[in-house]
This record gives sequence, C-alpha cells and structure tokens, in this order.
Amino acid sequence: MTSKKHSTLVVSLIAVILGILVGCVILMVTGRNPLNIFVALIRSLTGFSINNPDRGINMMYPLNWLLSSMPVILTGLSVAFAYRTGLFNIGGEGQYIAGSIACAAVALLIDLPPVIHTIACVIAAALAGALWAFLPGFLKAFRNINEVVICVMMNYIALYFNDWFVRSFLPIDEFTLARTVNFPETVSLGNLGFGTASQFNYGIIFVIIAVIVFWFVMEKTTFGYSLRATGFNSEGSRYAGMKNRRNTVLSMMIAGAFTGVAAAIVLIGNYSYGRIYTGFDNFGFDGISVALVGGANAFGVLASGLLFGLMAASETQFQILGIPSEVSDLIQAAIIIFVAMQYGIRLILDFLDRKTMKDKVKEVA
Amino acid sequence: MAYAIEMLHITKDFPGIRANDDITLQVEENTVHALLGENGAGKSTLMSILFGLYQPTSGTIKVNGKEVKISDPNVANDLGIGMVHQHFKLIECFTVTENIILGKEPRTKLGTVDMKKAREKVVELSKRYGLQVDPDAKISNITVGMQQRVEILKMLYRDAKILIFDEPTAVLTPQEITELMQIMQNLVKEGKTILLITHKLKEIKAAAQKCTVLRKGRCIGTIDVKDTSEEKMAEMMVGRVVSFMVDRPEARPGDVYLDVDHLNVKGAKGTLAVKDFSLKIRAGEIVGLAGIDGNGQTELAFALTGMTKIESGTVKFMGEDVTHASIMSHYRHDMCHVPEDRHKHGLILDFTLKENYVVHSYMEEPFSKNGVIKMKAIDEYADRLSEEYDVRSGEGKDTITRSMSGGNQQKAIVAREFDRNSKIMIVVQPTRGLDVGAIELVRKKIVEQRDKGAAVLLISLELDEIMNLSDRIAVIHNGSLSGLVMNKDVTENEIGLMMSGGLSKFDEEAKI
Repeated sequence: MTSKKHSTLVVSLIAVILGILVGCVILMVTGRNPLNIFVALIRSLTGFSINNPDRGINMMYPLNWLLSSMPVILTGLSVAFAYRTGLFNIGGEGQYIAGSIACAAVALLIDLPPVIHTIACVIAAALAGALWAFLPGFLKAFRNINEVVICVMMNYIALYFNDWFVRSFLPIDEFTLARTVNFPETVSLGNLGFGTASQFNYGIIFVIIAVIVFWFVMEKTTFGYSLRATGFNSEGSRYAGMKNRRNTVLSMMIAGAFTGVAAAIVLIGNYSYGRIYTGFDNFGFDGISVALVGGANAFGVLASGLLFGLMAASETQFQILGIPSEVSDLIQAAIIIFVAMQYGIRLILDFLDRKTMKDKVKEVA
Repeated sequence: MAYAIEMLHITKDFPGIRANDDITLQVEENTVHALLGENGAGKSTLMSILFGLYQPTSGTIKVNGKEVKISDPNVANDLGIGMVHQHFKLIECFTVTENIILGKEPRTKLGTVDMKKAREKVVELSKRYGLQVDPDAKISNITVGMQQRVEILKMLYRDAKILIFDEPTAVLTPQEITELMQIMQNLVKEGKTILLITHKLKEIKAAAQKCTVLRKGRCIGTIDVKDTSEEKMAEMMVGRVVSFMVDRPEARPGDVYLDVDHLNVKGAKGTLAVKDFSLKIRAGEIVGLAGIDGNGQTELAFALTGMTKIESGTVKFMGEDVTHASIMSHYRHDMCHVPEDRHKHGLILDFTLKENYVVHSYMEEPFSKNGVIKMKAIDEYADRLSEEYDVRSGEGKDTITRSMSGGNQQKAIVAREFDRNSKIMIVVQPTRGLDVGAIELVRKKIVEQRDKGAAVLLISLELDEIMNLSDRIAVIHNGSLSGLVMNKDVTENEIGLMMSGGLSKFDEEAKI
C-alpha cells in the first residue's frame, strides 16, 4: 500500500517536470537545442526574452498566457465537477457550442444596456451549456445509459445544430457568409491589455468566480458533500438515503454551465460575433486533461489550467525558436501520461523515502 | 515429540510499527494447534511470514526440524504448507474436480488433461480423509460446507502436510461446524498437522490440543487447551476479564413497531428470494433472525430498509405503511440500518471517518445550516462517537476510512447507526470481523437500545449471537419463515435443524 503523504500537488508537479524533460529529450534527439523550451516558456510567462535581454519585459506575453488559460480553466472545472460525482463529461464540445449559440443569440437579438447585456450573454451561455448536459445526465440517472456515449453524440448534434440555427435565426455577415454580424457595443468584456496588443479582458472575473463557486459548492456545502459521496460510492450514498439520480443530473448540468461560460468568454472576448463552427475548438476536450492534472479540485484545476494555457500561449514562441508546435502537444501529452501514472510516481517516492530512512538507520548504527 | 513448524523469535517491523515482537510458535506434528488473537494482534502478519509473503526482520523458521528460508508462497507450497482461506478461491462455473486439479492437472500422453485420472484421485482423497464431495458438481450448485471441503481437498491434492485454516467456521452452519471438527480429527489421524486461526474459543476447545495466544504483536503464551477454560483464554487474548453472556434482563415488549406482512421480494436472479414472509416486532424486544447465508436474509433486510423493490406484501413502521417509500423516508420514520456489506453500503471508503459519521444527518443542524457544512460541529460529534465506541484510527477523525482496519470500520458504522437512537433497528451481522472486546461492546449496546424501547431485528449468521441476544428467534430457510420460537425454550440443535429446513417449529407464545 502506498501512503497518502505525497500529495496530489507534489505528484502533479513531478509529472509536469518529467513532461518537460521528455520534450527536451525529443528536441535533443532531433538535433535541436532543448534549452529553447525554457526560453519560450519564460518569455510567455514573464514577457522577458533571454535571447534579447535588452528589449526588457513585454507585458503582452503574460497577458496572452492568462487569456489562453481562461477557457481551459473553465472547461477543466466542468470536467472536474462531473468527475467528482463519478461522471465523465466528455460532452464539453457540445456544451461549448450550445453556450456559444445562446451567447450570440442574446447578444444579437436582445437590446439591453451595457454590462447587463454582457452578463445576460454569459448567463444565457451557462444555461445553454447546462441544458445540453441535461440529456446525458438524465439518461445516465434514470436509464443507466453510459454518459460518455450520449455526450459524444451530443457534441455532433451541437456542431450541426449550430450551423442551422445561426444561419436561420441570426443576422449573417454579408461579406463572408461564414459568421454573424458583429455584436453590438453593449456586449463587451472590455480590454485589460494595458496598452499592449493583448486581448486579455474582464472575462477573468468570471473565471475567478467560477473557481470559488466550484470550491465552495464542492467542499463546503451539503450538496457538494452528497455529490462527492455519490462519486466515491453510489451504492453507499444510496444506502445513506441520498438522491443519487437527482445528483447525477444536477452535476452534469452544473458541469455544462461551466463550459457554457467558457464559450461566452471566448466568443465575446476574442471574436465579438457569432460563429459558425466547422469543427471543435477542443477546449472541452482539453478540459479533461486539465481536470486530470489538477486532481479534480478547484485550485488544482486553476493551476493546471494556467499550465495548459501556458503551453498554448507558448506555441508561437516555440515556432519562432524553431521548435515544432507539435512538441508543445507532446509535452502536454507526456504530462498527462505521467499524471495518469501517479500511482507509480507515489510508489517511487515511497521507495525513495524508505531508502533514505534505511540509510539514516545505518548512519545511527 | 517433533515439531512440524517452528517459528522462533520472529520479529517483523513495518515503518513506524512493530507487528510481531519476538513471537515463538512451535506446532507439534499431528496436532491441531490454534492461533488466537484479536484483530490487529499480528496473526495475519505471522501467517504471511510463514507463507512467504513477508520476510521477518529477525528470527528463524524451521519446518520439520530444518531451518528454511521462505522467500515466496511457492517455497511454502513446496515445503508442504497449504492454506484454506476464509474466502474461498474457487471458480464457480468449474466442477469440483476441475477446481481441485487446477494448476496441477494430470496429463495424458497427448498433453490434454486426463480427467479420468483426476476424478479417480479426487474420489480416492475424499474417501481417505472422509471429505464428502460430489466430484462432478459445479461449485455454484454445492453448499458452502462442501465448497470448504473442496478447498481442503485442493491442499491435500498438492500433498500439503501442514494445513492452515484461516477462520474456517465463519460461514458454516452449526452442523457443518461439527463436521469440520470431525474432518480435522481425521486429517490429524492421517498424519497431517493443522494450524487453526480463529477467535472462536468454543472451537478451540473442541478441536485443538495447543493454543498460542497473541496480543498486540506479542506472544502471551502457549497453553494446553484441555487445562484452560474459555474465560482464561479470552482474558489472555484481550488482557482483561471479558464477559461473554451479555447481561440481558427480561424484555418488556410494548406496541408493535415493525410489522411485516406476507412479504415477497425478488432476488438478483429474478426469482423470489423472500417468500410470503410475515413477522411482527414490538418495542423493547430483540428478534433474532437465524439462517444459513443466502437464504433470503440480505433481500429481506434490503426490502425492510427500502433499498429494494417489494413485489407484494406490506411493511409498516409504527403503523405507517412504508412498503414503497424511499430510503430517506425509511430513515425519517425512525429506522436505522447496520448493513451487511460495510464496504459497499456501510461506508464511503474514500471519505474521512468524520464525514462517514454524518452520511444520514449531514443535512440536519448542527452539522449544516442553510446548506453549508459546519465542520466544527461534525468534528466535535466525531470525537464523541469515536470515544464512546472505541473507534481507533491512525489520524483520528480525519482518517480516510479505507485505511482503517475492518473491525474499526464496523465499529464506526455501529456507532453512527446506534447513536441515532432509532425506534426501529435493522441490524445485520453487527459483530462481523470484530474481536471479543468489541463484540462485547456492540452486544451491550444492542441490549441498551432495546431497553430504551427500540424494536430490534438482528440478522446474523452467528448462531451464538442470535442465542445470546434474542428474546424471540425467527428462522429463515429458503426465503420462508421456518420457525418462530422463544429463545428460552429452544436448543441450538433445533435452530440448526430449522436453518437447514429439517424442522419447522412455531411456538404459541412467540406468536403475536
């Protein structure tokens, strides 16, 4: 048996380091300079370029890092929330598109004063995401149909429903015919670029609220307590008299709401028009990795979302330094594999502990 | 006399704990030697060392006088040491013969399994040791007692000379226990040596010659069984005087609290597991339900607690119909339920101890207010419960229950359920896996609840427990009530017969 003394945090950190090392090894094998990885990561993190130190710090890079972290933190929370109830929410893509449809509809079809209009868009997106997640949750709870299958089907339904809905009901941009007209000025997340070209915006407020809501609901409320009980042992929670079915449906819907908010923030902050999707943005799928690395708890997901955001934000830097962007994907994949191997990492840590303990005993003797 | 096994001055350290401290166990050839100890006394560690699963920190092992190093279980097998596990390791859809030869099949010249020869060998072994089995029956169709005989034959087929029985009687009926005792005597007569691990003193008295007692990792002593009383052995094991018979004053039953009428419940296989079952239990009395495992007790308990659908019939709690009510509404009607399966139902294993203490009551004040958990109140409550029921765990109330010992997990469930002071108590196997001291505590608490006016249904596979605690005894056989008697007017033998369907007896006095 392994002890629990090595926390998920430590294990995740080790996984991250090992993942980056794998990236280094790949670069060395292919004859590139592995140190460029760190140059790129430091640039994205701090805006400081090691190769051109006299240029000083460019705030655009760290702001873009935060910007690209926002949606994956939210979708990470989504997957984590369902996971804690024993559900696998692989329907993030569908919930994301549903959220984006609702957001565009409220933005373009309803007139509201500034700020309120934006908040209405975000709330509409959250509700749409929740609605999209209702069916998988309902079928799981009352018909015991695997939520993964339904979620995947709902993803594709969303993709094509979006095309029909946007073209049928929303004003289409005449020139491209591939998107709606721009959102009115009342719908905006502002700009926190601090004079740089970054699109970083007030969406971060929604992200922070989401992290706190997740933490509070899951760890501090009776509802969260019963969700966790259901997730750990559904027969046990049934014995205790908890409403497992209701919990399953609600948990899926709350998960969908987190993803819906992600869609609204991306749509308003980065596009400012309604999109007609030809494929998935992949934020929903990325959320699975983020939740896994973050140990499915609020602050872990925040941290791992920032990590995956960093990887995404570093891709241009990688390319400038001659590192194929695939290496960034590769590092992400390696981190996920190492996190999945956390049991093994724990075993190794325990083994090292025991060894040092034995050495100490020898020293004493 | 020569020793078959000698474990001399065995010490085993785990990080932070010494599980075995200078234990010496010498087992004479051709005897039944018992190993007695509470949960956590170090019995399993010692046996794991003998079986090669652990290496001792210090000490030596001798088998038949020769010093050996048992580095893994295969070495133990080669030395002729075989183990009959508490939970049988049999393949349900294989026949008896197939199970016995598995892994060591006789071959024909073509390399296929020689079933004829295998069958002959099994028949021969079963005759020689008086172990009755049907070599062609499938495991799923034979009784638990016969399954155990198959396990024993597996060891004999592998020429084991030294047989370790790990809590062998836990799943047997009284008649089967008597048979097993006889089988052990036969085995010893045929030159085998038996090491019997148990906490049942009666069986040690009946079967063993010598007994080694362990307590808290230390060897308390080895005694001659015939010269030592059960009380003395219990005292050695626990370290203090233990009373077996719970002091149980005459029951003063009141109104009918639990009324089960013509109940029919389907089991997992889709057939009726509980058939036309009627029983009334009054306030202030304990009704014990005796029966062999798998005769409908599980389904009955589930039906009474709302966990399974009832086909027909009614269940009333204090006059109110709860036949089709939700589980939650059963609890609201003042029921508590100590479930049979503590891992599947009784605990959320990945929750901490304190979180497990409030699985029913987390929605109520003071444990939560307006939907927000009040951890301080839960902390205080957890401290009190653990104290009162002597629940021990590594990190106190913050221990993940998965890491607690089985006995302490059970005590935690009992603490949680009993502390609710419910009017109707469905108590299934409450002392399963507990040691003598804890059993005494739990039994006292059951009687205490009765005297506070609860109607108690005690479902247990331990006949001792039923006889010890019940005011009336109901017997279930094949899903039907096969007897309802006053405890004072019945013998253990009669109950045993009713359990196996050989007798049906209904006392006038026991009927309400």
